[in-house]
Amino acid sequence: MGELRLMKGNEVIAEAAIRAGVDGYFGYPITPQSEVLETLMARMPWEETGMVVLQAESEVAAINMVYGGASCGKKVMTSSSSPGMSLKMEGITYLAGAELPCLVVNVVRGGPGLGTIQPAQSDYFQSVKGGGHGDYKLIVLAPNSVQEMNDFVGLGFDLAFKYLNPAMILTDGMIGQMMEKVELADFTPRWTEEEIIAKSGTWATTGKTKNRERNISTSLELDSAKQEIFNHKLQAKYKTIEENEVRYEKFMCDDAEYLFVAYGSSSRICQKSVELAREKGIKVGLLRPITLFPFPSKQINEMADQVKGILSVEMSAGQMIEDVKLAVNCRIPVEHFGRYGGIITSPEEIVEALEQKIIGG
Amino acid sequence: MDVKDIIKPENLVYGKSDVILDNVMHYCPGCTHGTIHKVIAEVIEEMGIQDKTIGISPVGCSVLAYNYLDIDWQQAAHGRAPALATATKRLMPEKYVFTYQGDGDLASIGTAEIMHACNRGENIVVFFVNNAIYGMTGGQMAPTTLIGMKTATTPYGRNVELNGHPLKITELIAQLPGTCYVTRQSAEAAGPVRKLKKAVRKAFENSAQKKGTSFIEIVGTCNSGWKMSPVKSNEWMKENMFPMYPLGDMKDE
Ligand SMILES: Cc1ncc(C[n+]2csc(CCOP(=O)(O)OP(=O)(O)O)c2C)c(N)n1
Repeated sequence: MGELRLMKGNEVIAEAAIRAGVDGYFGYPITPQSEVLETLMARMPWEETGMVVLQAESEVAAINMVYGGASCGKKVMTSSSSPGMSLKMEGITYLAGAELPCLVVNVVRGGPGLGTIQPAQSDYFQSVKGGGHGDYKLIVLAPNSVQEMNDFVGLGFDLAFKYLNPAMILTDGMIGQMMEKVELADFTPRWTEEEIIAKSGTWATTGKTKNRERNISTSLELDSAKQEIFNHKLQAKYKTIEENEVRYEKFMCDDAEYLFVAYGSSSRICQKSVELAREKGIKVGLLRPITLFPFPSKQINEMADQVKGILSVEMSAGQMIEDVKLAVNCRIPVEHFGRYGGIITSPEEIVEALEQKIIGG
Repeated sequence: MDVKDIIKPENLVYGKSDVILDNVMHYCPGCTHGTIHKVIAEVIEEMGIQDKTIGISPVGCSVLAYNYLDIDWQQAAHGRAPALATATKRLMPEKYVFTYQGDGDLASIGTAEIMHACNRGENIVVFFVNNAIYGMTGGQMAPTTLIGMKTATTPYGRNVELNGHPLKITELIAQLPGTCYVTRQSAEAAGPVRKLKKAVRKAFENSAQKKGTSFIEIVGTCNSGWKMSPVKSNEWMKENMFPMYPLGDMKDE
């Protein structure tokens, strides 16, 4: 049993980073995620593990610091919230294009623009469909508890290094600010230079030694024929990720006649909605995508054989619903429900929406 | 003495640095980038730091610098090289890290990154190549374009009312307490090249001594963008660029 604590989601990201042997964190303050940087600065991990923590001059600089650190084969990360994530998109597409591993945490708030500092899930498209330019994908993990904020730091880095691809934790102000019991991970030491060379020596810019060619971290290819080949390779990688890394959770699905699909905060709320609906005699289950890319399309498609309709619940105007609809391929009704712009949906509203939009509709 | 004697090793007085690769450079004939690359390569070789040096290339004509110097490289997004260098140096403090940036990259889109890296006193070396124009994209106005100078986006000459003033960013950088060495050099002839080489060596030594940021501006030419012959470009540079961007050390601590 690991160490048990009562902590905020954002604080856990910081603590988990130190314990995961992260080499560098680069961030810029923005509500509702500033506790990540604040916790790290107060913890002074450079004294303990040698981890570098730096408050950058902007999110643009922070993500480009991540690019520099990732190029060295180091475990590096950044975190931000929606307006800051928009700024990071340039760096993220460069990281994806250079096939660099890193972890990016987005503690989403309501938008568009400066929007609100309250929680929302309106950055799904940005995280899952691109955000930056070019044909790239991030590995996107959606925690729904403070415990998963801890667990997904380690998982995010494992996947990022396994596929040489940026990974993202897509969470929101509710999970970031919420306090829960968490079992912290044990300490993993930071990699030594020898370990980095053994693991990533074919690409990491650790200094060109006589026994190898120079390593170059770049996303540039002026020859279109070669760029197309590289893009095919990226797409093949994304396909492998889709085949191997789908994660999801089912709740009360065995006898379900209706289904909620919800991730992150909304999935927590939907658990309550399932209970409330079942008290009324409505047999509804919940499928929670844990990975948003890769998306559990197959699993949702299978559920469409069993249920009469799906309510896609997210705190946005309806973004993930597009993927749910694609998965279901018009076989059964799929509707969206969710409050957005910083308002958290209530469990009762969700049951009401199910009754009106799916059962009654 | 015939050619065979001249090329005997004992008669060699000058050779290509091993740090320079044999790839054919894409630079236009007369461009200053090639000369600057050569000087940096020679210093890296002489200091014996090839295996400890990481270069960060910019977006601009020198984006492909990684094809010419036989060291590890990172290719940065436009203007962001100082951010990459910051992390690289902090995560591998025993390495030598330099950025190589043009005037558009460093003094326009990357102003925030260079100012803050220098102000934090990152122990990195910055090479800032000022050719007063955007070479790579076809000769548009740069922040350092002189008043009256014609470019693709100032076809009637740079005009203060329309385009603002030329930016002397190196003078601003010299004000920042994080910098230990700020100098402006050129590379149009043997004399200036020798001076530049001394400056480059000093900059890398400063980095080893953790003195802060060393910043070397090199005033250069872009004969394609300026639409002049290489010889004429050098004359034009001396007549017009040097009065605006005077050579010499601004800071050496
Ligand atoms: C974000 C972004 N904006 C614009 C460009 C287009 N671009 C490429 S190079 C360049 C200017 C480079 O000029 P400079 O830094 O002076 O270097 P030079 O080519 O003269 O050596 C621009 C604007 C880009 N690649 N990325």
